[in-house]
Amino acid sequence: MSLRRLWAVARKEFLHVRRDARSLGMGIAMPVLLLCLFGWALTLDVDRVPLVVWDQCGSQSSRDLAAELAGSRYFALRGRAGSYAEIERAIDRREALGALVIPPDFDRRLWTGRGAPVQLIVDGSDANTATIASGYAQAAVRGYSQGVVLREIRRAGLRPPAPPLDPRARVWFNEDLTGRNYIIPGLIAVIMMVIAALLTALTVAREWERGTMEQLVSTPLKGPELVLGKLLPYFAIGMFDVLLAVLMGAFLFGVPMRGSLALLFAMAAVFLAGALSLGMLFSIVTRSQLLASQMAMVLTFLPAFLLSGLMYAIPNMPAGIRAVTYLVPARYFVHLLRGIYLKGVGLEVLAPEAALLAAFSAAMIALAMRKFRKKLT
Amino acid sequence: MFERVWRMMVKEFLQVLRNPRMVGVIFVAPMIQLVVFGYAATTDVRRVTTAVRDLDNTPESRELVERFVRSGYFLVAERAGDDARVRWLLDRGQAQLALCLDEGFGADLRGGRTARLQLIVDGTDSNTAAVVLGYAGRITGDYSGQVLAEGLARAAGAWQPPGGVELRARSWFNENLESRNFYVPGVVATITMLVTLILTSMAVVREREIGTMEQLMVTPISAAEFIAGKTLPFALIGVGDAVLIVLVGTLWFGVPLRGSLVLLFGSLLVFLTVALGVGLFISTLCQTQQQAMMSTFFFFFPAILLSGFMFPIANMPEPVQWLTYLDPLRYFLVIIRGVFLKGAGLAVLWPQIAALGVMGAAVFTLAAGRIRKTLA
Repeated sequence: MSLRRLWAVARKEFLHVRRDARSLGMGIAMPVLLLCLFGWALTLDVDRVPLVVWDQCGSQSSRDLAAELAGSRYFALRGRAGSYAEIERAIDRREALGALVIPPDFDRRLWTGRGAPVQLIVDGSDANTATIASGYAQAAVRGYSQGVVLREIRRAGLRPPAPPLDPRARVWFNEDLTGRNYIIPGLIAVIMMVIAALLTALTVAREWERGTMEQLVSTPLKGPELVLGKLLPYFAIGMFDVLLAVLMGAFLFGVPMRGSLALLFAMAAVFLAGALSLGMLFSIVTRSQLLASQMAMVLTFLPAFLLSGLMYAIPNMPAGIRAVTYLVPARYFVHLLRGIYLKGVGLEVLAPEAALLAAFSAAMIALAMRKFRKKLT
Repeated sequence: MFERVWRMMVKEFLQVLRNPRMVGVIFVAPMIQLVVFGYAATTDVRRVTTAVRDLDNTPESRELVERFVRSGYFLVAERAGDDARVRWLLDRGQAQLALCLDEGFGADLRGGRTARLQLIVDGTDSNTAAVVLGYAGRITGDYSGQVLAEGLARAAGAWQPPGGVELRARSWFNENLESRNFYVPGVVATITMLVTLILTSMAVVREREIGTMEQLMVTPISAAEFIAGKTLPFALIGVGDAVLIVLVGTLWFGVPLRGSLVLLFGSLLVFLTVALGVGLFISTLCQTQQQAMMSTFFFFFPAILLSGFMFPIANMPEPVQWLTYLDPLRYFLVIIRGVFLKGAGLAVLWPQIAALGVMGAAVFTLAAGRIRKTLA
């Protein structure tokens, strides 16, 4: 391998990149856009669930119960309903996500030992929101219920007993449970996978489609030199994107960085080399820009987004899918990034993931070099 | 004219389908998304790995641990001996929750004093952590409530305290709260959009990049015929993907289809005009396939993320919510979920369909105008 030839390819590719300012601009704007969306706009947290109330009782206590729910930050009362048909209409028009139905005998039954049932109807189409919303409603109703019971005990002249259990919950690593602290580090991995594949998936196929590959074939250039030379400029863009993401995470979103920055960038470089080679591999194997872009989409973005644990926690997946996630390199990098960012742990804990990531990258680079044939067919 | 459109369509089909790998990709992509969203995309929390550090080891402390296990949400990963071990397990992610009971827990509980316990949650995944805390709160609350009720019964004697309020939650449209019933219909929207966008935008740009556009320009083909030839084949592929997803979604994943198929596919056609129009429009802005691919994703990523496909629109900040009105996916998702889960009809869904129609007409006119200029 000659460094001079490798450098010549890198320079040629770099000129290509510089000439196509639009693609370069998008390669940098895309991470910024994704980080901003996830940092500010997108959240799976649930609050201010719009609710309508069908109060068939109309007593002081039923109004208190409705007010208890309305007072919590998780619900917003959006008016009243007078029948199930009205509730259905409100949900169909998406004016409400649920309804609280208080039966006519609520007040009467509340003061007897039997207890008073009330009904919560939720629009289950969005299962996640519905589950969380009914959890909140349970907690709010339990709070109201305990208040009523304690008041009655005092009124009966009894001393309310001490609460038997006092659970103290402590959250480690992400003390105020900010979704952003969880998403942003993992997102860096996914962004790099996407950008890397977008940048390199077309580079080799383009030369084949336009016929410039024939010119390259006639030079003394060797396969590995071409592959590595083409990787270099995109590697530089990718590392710039990492730097940008780390800076935005720290200064714009205030994500705590507790581990070693050096380790972070080292692992990013390893992952990026593998991801770029994977993109180039598509290009080498398909020799068609359209096909390479589709393969990059199906085999890199989707798994990186959905199976890396970025948004859906891997332990909750069924066993078959969990097995598949071990084949998604982004999985290891997401884990590494979260460990470094939030737990501040180093290689002593993260060594297995780091080793697997290195193995992935080495395999991809070797495969891209092997598969590249300097031959016209 | 039909003759020429037909020839153009045949050419496009041949170009796409000539490559057997391309055929694979067109049908594998929806399958992968279906499997992921049918099985993997779940925010349910189960099998929470739990470290138990019980220094008390009395019947009461064991009863509490037993209640965690019996709930079905928690798996005891290890019985840790001390705090250092708890830290070790949490650091390595081998436990998501630690349940710490100190000596004297059982004695306090028996003696009518408040017994303390500590729960340590790994907050890295804030969503899971919030749910875990909710489960743990319910379990300790139930245990506490039971002990309290026993104490009260002894103290109150004949007087009976009120029973309190009991909430019975019922879910409409998706009775068992299955995540897949929410996601799988949405896959129809995302996949048809993605496939048609990429195919259209790259098909036009490819002619320009490899120089065959000149050859097309010297043929008698008109701009309208060119556009029809460049969009209809991909619309057909999009509809094919949609049929596939609907079949697999209902037959394999058991997603209920309560509304009208005619409405579903009718609105899909309206939606496809928007997707094809955007694809054409992108193609008029780009010189190379690289640019076309990047521009497509530049449009597609925000479109998916802001559509309500995964993240509820109601939770977004107000200005971003306004932005989502520009997202065609947003309207189509409401239609498709309404038809699948709620059996909604035209009476409820017409504003969404109208919005898509207006968008489609606007973007198509815009793109066609620009293409006419390049061809003329």
